Amino acid sequence: MNVIDWVLIIPVAGALGLALLPNARLGAWLNILVSATGLAASIWLALTVLNNGTIAGELFYVDAFNVYLVVLTSLVSMTTSIFSRPYMAHELEIHKVTPLRLRLYHASFQGFMFTMLLALTTNNLGVLWIALEGATLATVLLVSLYRTRESIEAAWKYFILCGVGIAQALFGTVLLYFAASRVVPDPDQALQWSVLYQHAGQLEPVIVGLAFVFLLVGYGTKIGLVPLHNWLPDAHSEGPTPMSAVLSGLLLNVALYAVVRVKMIVDGALIDGNPHNPQLAGFIMMAFGLLSFIIAGLFLHRQRDIKRLFSYSSIEHMGLMTFAFGLGGPLATFGALLHMTVHSLTKSAIFMTVGHASQIAGTQQIDRIRGLILTQPTVGWGLLIGSIAIAGFPPFGVFTSEFLLLTATMKSWPWLTMPLLMGLAIAFAGLFRHLHPMVFGQIPEGQRAIAVNPFPLLLHLTLVLWLGLSVPAFLANWFDEATRLISGANLL
Amino acid sequence: MDTYAELPLLQQAIQTLAALVLVSSFALLAQSRVIATIQIFAWQGLLLAVITTLIAWETGLTHLYISAALTLVLKAFFVPWLLIRQARKLGILRDFDAIIRPGITLMAAGSLVIFCYNVVLPIQRFAQSITRDAIAVSLALVMIGMLMLITRRKAITQVVAFMSLENGLFFAAISATQGMPMVVELGVAFDVLIAAVIFGIFFFHIRDSIESLDVDQLNRLAETDE
Repeated sequence: MNVIDWVLIIPVAGALGLALLPNARLGAWLNILVSATGLAASIWLALTVLNNGTIAGELFYVDAFNVYLVVLTSLVSMTTSIFSRPYMAHELEIHKVTPLRLRLYHASFQGFMFTMLLALTTNNLGVLWIALEGATLATVLLVSLYRTRESIEAAWKYFILCGVGIAQALFGTVLLYFAASRVVPDPDQALQWSVLYQHAGQLEPVIVGLAFVFLLVGYGTKIGLVPLHNWLPDAHSEGPTPMSAVLSGLLLNVALYAVVRVKMIVDGALIDGNPHNPQLAGFIMMAFGLLSFIIAGLFLHRQRDIKRLFSYSSIEHMGLMTFAFGLGGPLATFGALLHMTVHSLTKSAIFMTVGHASQIAGTQQIDRIRGLILTQPTVGWGLLIGSIAIAGFPPFGVFTSEFLLLTATMKSWPWLTMPLLMGLAIAFAGLFRHLHPMVFGQIPEGQRAIAVNPFPLLLHLTLVLWLGLSVPAFLANWFDEATRLISGANLL
Repeated sequence: MDTYAELPLLQQAIQTLAALVLVSSFALLAQSRVIATIQIFAWQGLLLAVITTLIAWETGLTHLYISAALTLVLKAFFVPWLLIRQARKLGILRDFDAIIRPGITLMAAGSLVIFCYNVVLPIQRFAQSITRDAIAVSLALVMIGMLMLITRRKAITQVVAFMSLENGLFFAAISATQGMPMVVELGVAFDVLIAAVIFGIFFFHIRDSIESLDVDQLNRLAETDE
């Protein structure tokens, strides 16, 4: 069997097995095992692509751009499953979930991983849409896992808003297919990304321009771009924390991946500048991205719930990446690719500590979480270091990528560096005004340490630190190859 | 551009049915009784299935017959049956879902149709006569579905709105491009099926948490100061 088949079959088999396995504690271990096997398969796939070049088939298309996202997805899936075992065991102990719901949780977790990996590896834009809609379906029952009134509300909002949003993307896909069917004779090939990319220059620009608007609005809802972001803080704050970690770390990335793939086709179709500006797609993405970046930074200041706080931080960073991909050019693209990686690693690490912090304090209310470092140094320092990393301080990887993005902006749109720098400052202030009292200060009465597995946290933060100090040569080449694919030129 | 009367009979039938689908969408928007809303939705599904069959006949594409069968089973029978069953269990089948300002809503829907025709005007010249109006109509269906979604309060009628929005997408696919590749159509149908089942589960969760299906009572998560 093909290696891509294995990458996809493992989570499906895992989801089925976990749905049938009645023992929840055993399920948590099996979940780790499945994720670890998935990671091994992904690394195998990455090595295959690294050695033999792009895999282009009827069904799947894997090049340097998506294969690193596949590995990242599997890695975060594995570490999150390790984190989730003690976390969900604690939730079970305090009767927030029942063993039956825990079973649903594990099965949906792997189901979600399957949709992510399918979205990344497929060559068919229709299947990409199906996988992203499937991601909503797989996670919606997880958002309402605790069955509180708030979690039901969050899940309903998530379901309806993402469903309606992504419906626009399907309309865009139909329009793209409409444009392609006039050029590509075989209708079965007309939605294949590789074929569309090849024929991009012949596609009718009027139709493609319209299609892109629909696709961006649709997938932009999933990225959490302002003003389509309303579902995101709710879904992140009310669902179980491992879910928030993978939603922020993976789903948003994959949705952005979808937009970038589409943009590559649209750029090809609009290249001669008639009747649309050849940079139409880039301009729209820059506008949406910058708006999200600034607005989310401002919203950080008024948050009272710790998970809502960090979900707004996710919107902010997704905005920055969308802006960077819109900017185009090798430097911005390289920076955006690096930022996708470091944001995903850092943000999932933060959500892990946030989950433990709210278990220690017994609440998600920021003003009732106090004295974390004294109560449990792992959690307190983890949260502090994670936040320092996400705010873009050296020597962490987020600093490197944000620096690259600022340099790229300075080169092509100098006056836009001002709002970017301001946005970074606003976001920094927004995070740290809440963070300081939470990690320092005295222990509230009766607050005790809880069972924590520090391994995933350490791994993520070490990787981010490593990427900040020096990007290893093979990874740099990899990003460079992806940069060439997306922007047309190498950086290094 | 051919006028309506000069078209072959089959194409006239398709256009008339497309207009009827749009009418059914307006009917959905104006109907406040839960059971009638679901029934109109079923009729809309049936109309779509008939249109798909006619297009399959006209173009000779056999895979469209499968799409037609799928639509008939899923949109005209299964989803309405599921919704009626759930509504009966929840005891809201005969309820009314008050529409916010019906007059203005319908006027808005009318302007949406004009807006959609305007949006797709530049791309209509690329379409064949059979599908010229279809892209505008399908976009209008999507937009009216969204309008219905925001003017309804009950979870069950919101789901009907969501599904009729999905109908608009399906209509776009069959009329503008004579269907999508089979794998995509099957996948989309599968997603719709799963969504319908999950919505069904959700009704009970919502009822258990707020003792009603009026989702405007779900209003605790907001970014405003309490």
